[in-house]
Amino acid sequence: MSDAPGLLTHATVMTGRSLLISRRNIDAVITSMMLPIMLMLIFVYFFGGAIDTGTQYDSYVMYVVPGVLFLCAGFGSATTAVAVSEDMKGGIIDRFRTLDIGGMPILAGHVAASTVRNLVSTTLVFAVALLIGFRPAATPAGWLAVAAVLLAYIVALSWISAAIGLLARTPEAAGGFTFFMSFLPYPSSAFVPVDSMPGWLHGFADHQPVTPAIESLRGLLLDQPVGNAPWTALTWAAGILLVAVALSGVLFRVRTR
Amino acid sequence: MSTSMGTSMNTSADGVVNDVMIEADGLTKSYGKPGSGVRVLDGVGLRVARGGIHALLGPNGAGKTTTVRILATLTTADSGTARVAGYDVVADRRRVRRAISLTGQFAAVDETLTGEENLRMMARLSGLTRTRARARAEELLARFDLTDAARRQARTYSGGMRRRLDLAAGLVGSPEPGVFFLDEPTTGLDPRSRRELWQVVRDLAGRGATVLLTTQYLEEADQLADRITVLDKGVRAAEGTPEELKSRVSGHRLDLVLSSREAYLRLAGRAVHHSPETLTLGLPTDGTAAHVRALLDETDPHRTDVDRFSLHSATLDDVFLALTTEKTEAPTHV
Repeated sequence: MSDAPGLLTHATVMTGRSLLISRRNIDAVITSMMLPIMLMLIFVYFFGGAIDTGTQYDSYVMYVVPGVLFLCAGFGSATTAVAVSEDMKGGIIDRFRTLDIGGMPILAGHVAASTVRNLVSTTLVFAVALLIGFRPAATPAGWLAVAAVLLAYIVALSWISAAIGLLARTPEAAGGFTFFMSFLPYPSSAFVPVDSMPGWLHGFADHQPVTPAIESLRGLLLDQPVGNAPWTALTWAAGILLVAVALSGVLFRVRTR
Repeated sequence: MSTSMGTSMNTSADGVVNDVMIEADGLTKSYGKPGSGVRVLDGVGLRVARGGIHALLGPNGAGKTTTVRILATLTTADSGTARVAGYDVVADRRRVRRAISLTGQFAAVDETLTGEENLRMMARLSGLTRTRARARAEELLARFDLTDAARRQARTYSGGMRRRLDLAAGLVGSPEPGVFFLDEPTTGLDPRSRRELWQVVRDLAGRGATVLLTTQYLEEADQLADRITVLDKGVRAAEGTPEELKSRVSGHRLDLVLSSREAYLRLAGRAVHHSPETLTLGLPTDGTAAHVRALLDETDPHRTDVDRFSLHSATLDDVFLALTTEKTEAPTHV
């Protein structure tokens, strides 16, 4: 029984640990949950009136909510970088290593906890969106696909955050690093149609990983045709996840050498 | 519970030769690029018998922490071999990890978790069930006098409490009596907490644990250890029991002011204190009249070389300084 516990036990205990730490740092968690909601309110009530999103949307709120959901995932995942960086700073990683716990279960625990936090914040954003007039028309299959795309991006972005947390030398730097990740939704169709941006941005905006995610979320939630967007989005997420996992494995070994 | 774990320890340690729990030979380690890197360990070896407390004594940068990290499987040596509890630290890393607990210079606990939560987490990670983890945590909190603080976040703990929690966390899943690596366990503690921690270490050894600790304080090594290895610049400068080391540079120092440079050079090799400008050499002595007389006769049989002498009682720090600086002045290896 005191034989070496498996990876699953390690990852489960690590997830519990990360969630407990989140609960103790509840103010930071609430901040990361409030930001997307504030942004949504700002976009809908301050900028929305001036943004022309075309005739197929009844109001700007219908257009912007998928983008805010994505932004929320970005903010929520970014906290992983700071958490991982805090771990690397202290002596606790040495303690875990002498308990024969590898880097993967430690990082997986952080990512799993991040996913749980994100599910809570996504639900919150949805609730506020419904309050301010968002009316989704998704089919049951559509809802499933929405959940799948969001989940895939939350996991992928959390894991890339974990890699950033390993790369940064201080938790402050880690926080700064992830900031730029939260900017990716802006040069996409998240808040304004790509057509309204300068021509040289179209190439980037059309082909960056955020755009297919936003397009699928919007299409699925409003029951519009989405084409291949969900598959493109899931492929992007899988690719990011693969790279992030491999990269963080290498970085963990380098940092603990 | 500790009984059953103790038994498994004994069987897993069957491969131990002559009951040596920690043995290292010719450890070298450099950081940075090969060739131009900084060599932090240059052929360090040591042996610690089961139940022994061994101190690695040396100034900052002597290679103490690197030695501990190699033995605790956290880093690998460039060359040399090391076995802990009978297992090779590279080939049998997992078995070594199950036999040891490490307390580093930085407290390895989660600051925002309570003492109890920290210990339960470590116990779970070591493979204990939820129920047994809870019981083990309670037992250790009581043993390390932390029961009253069990439900407070670790960041509210004093330095001494934090070290005790750290020790308990290292102990939580290890079979007892195990092998303990304590890297500067009392650095930064006030004198009272330091004394309390010394007692904790003695209690560990009293239960049969093997302890390797690093320290910058000779007093600490003297108080706790039954053997001391003095490290300086990655090299073993001296090794022995505290008594042996103290007698080497004894409690006293006989300073001889010599009449000639020739006499100075002839005797320089035996001295622990050198002052070439004043042609003064300090020799270790126990301070008794008999020894001082014998020393004078021995070093100056013709009664022409020594002009004057004075007797100083060496502090423990003098001993330490003497042992670590003689290496730089007389580069022959000990």
